[in-house]
Amino acid sequence: MSLVFAGVCSHAPGITGRAHLADPAVKDEFHAQFHRFGEAMRATKPDAVIVIAAEHFANFFMNNMPAYAIGMADSYEGPIEDPKWLGIEKHTIPGDAALSQRLIREVMQTVDVAYAEEWKFDHGIMVPLNFLTPNFDTKVIPVNINCQGPPLTPLHRAWAFGEALRRACDKVPERIALVGTGGISHWPATPDSGKVNAEWDAEFMRRWCANDREGMLSLDDYGDEATYREAGQGGFEIRTFLSVAAAARGKGEIFHMKAIPIFAVTCTAATMSVE
Amino acid sequence: MSLYAMQKFLFALNREPEVQRRYAEGGDTRTALLAGYDLDDEEREAIDTGDIGKLYVLGCNGQLLMHFAPLLGIPWADYLEAMREGVRKYGPVRAGIYAMTTGTDEKVAGV
Repeated sequence: MSLVFAGVCSHAPGITGRAHLADPAVKDEFHAQFHRFGEAMRATKPDAVIVIAAEHFANFFMNNMPAYAIGMADSYEGPIEDPKWLGIEKHTIPGDAALSQRLIREVMQTVDVAYAEEWKFDHGIMVPLNFLTPNFDTKVIPVNINCQGPPLTPLHRAWAFGEALRRACDKVPERIALVGTGGISHWPATPDSGKVNAEWDAEFMRRWCANDREGMLSLDDYGDEATYREAGQGGFEIRTFLSVAAAARGKGEIFHMKAIPIFAVTCTAATMSVE
Repeated sequence: MSLYAMQKFLFALNREPEVQRRYAEGGDTRTALLAGYDLDDEEREAIDTGDIGKLYVLGCNGQLLMHFAPLLGIPWADYLEAMREGVRKYGPVRAGIYAMTTGTDEKVAGV
């Protein structure tokens, strides 16, 4: 067993970039839980952290958009955004090209994933890393699922991708942590910023915590049309949560799940047991 | 209507310091930069004048557009208001997946 940790968390840029605009008590409570989430991950002593993010055109664009991509470099740069805007300084983050290549080869047995030897991290990875590995000193393997430029990969394929990642992790001797970032309901970067659908979030996370595959793959509930209507374009990022659930096979435990409007999202951090 | 080209410009602007430099220099340099993208007059003018509201209404993905604002020195609250003002002036969002669902007088997050 080489998958040692699994979890999901929010990645909204406001979490760090607009921290000063939030009610300090509310912000502190979330940041404390986010740090606890990071401590839980570090306690499993991972050799590398796979971060499945839904990036936002830092690397991939509609001229050549992969449904799935995995980084394959020995180091990465981030954040791509203005450090003052994001509240996170520029860093060089260690990667592991050889480990990436072994993982990619195995994933490719069932999922046609793209690979990238260059990757600039945006807030989708940098905000989680700010809490997961505050010194930016742990090897990261970036993974992207296109959740921005439709057509988007179907939900059942995000599940299959998670299964492939698990199989790949199980084949390497390194201790791997897996973290999905994004979601849940939100309408980011629009005038609606701050709006969430708390009921939708609670129900989705109930299914996620129960690892209810059928429930999470329901097109009636979470197909793109339903998600856009009920959970906004930010809701498309539940794909990263699906992949983590498929990989971990366990049950979830929520550390934090509360909307903080100035951060534009239901601020979430949850672990899942690895079974 | 070339939403793709507008978004491609924003993608390049967000990623490449050289594109940022050429845009910031203005004048002929900016004109030459924008000539490299297949934009119609309305789109070119919106980019040239930094009209966030128009770019939003034309359908630019918010994840591309939100970085143009700080580049122009526009703080977060003013960025949100510029999009609302765009909808007031030019009507509903015409394309893409970032349509507004709240009213132009609503401020969900208080800004």
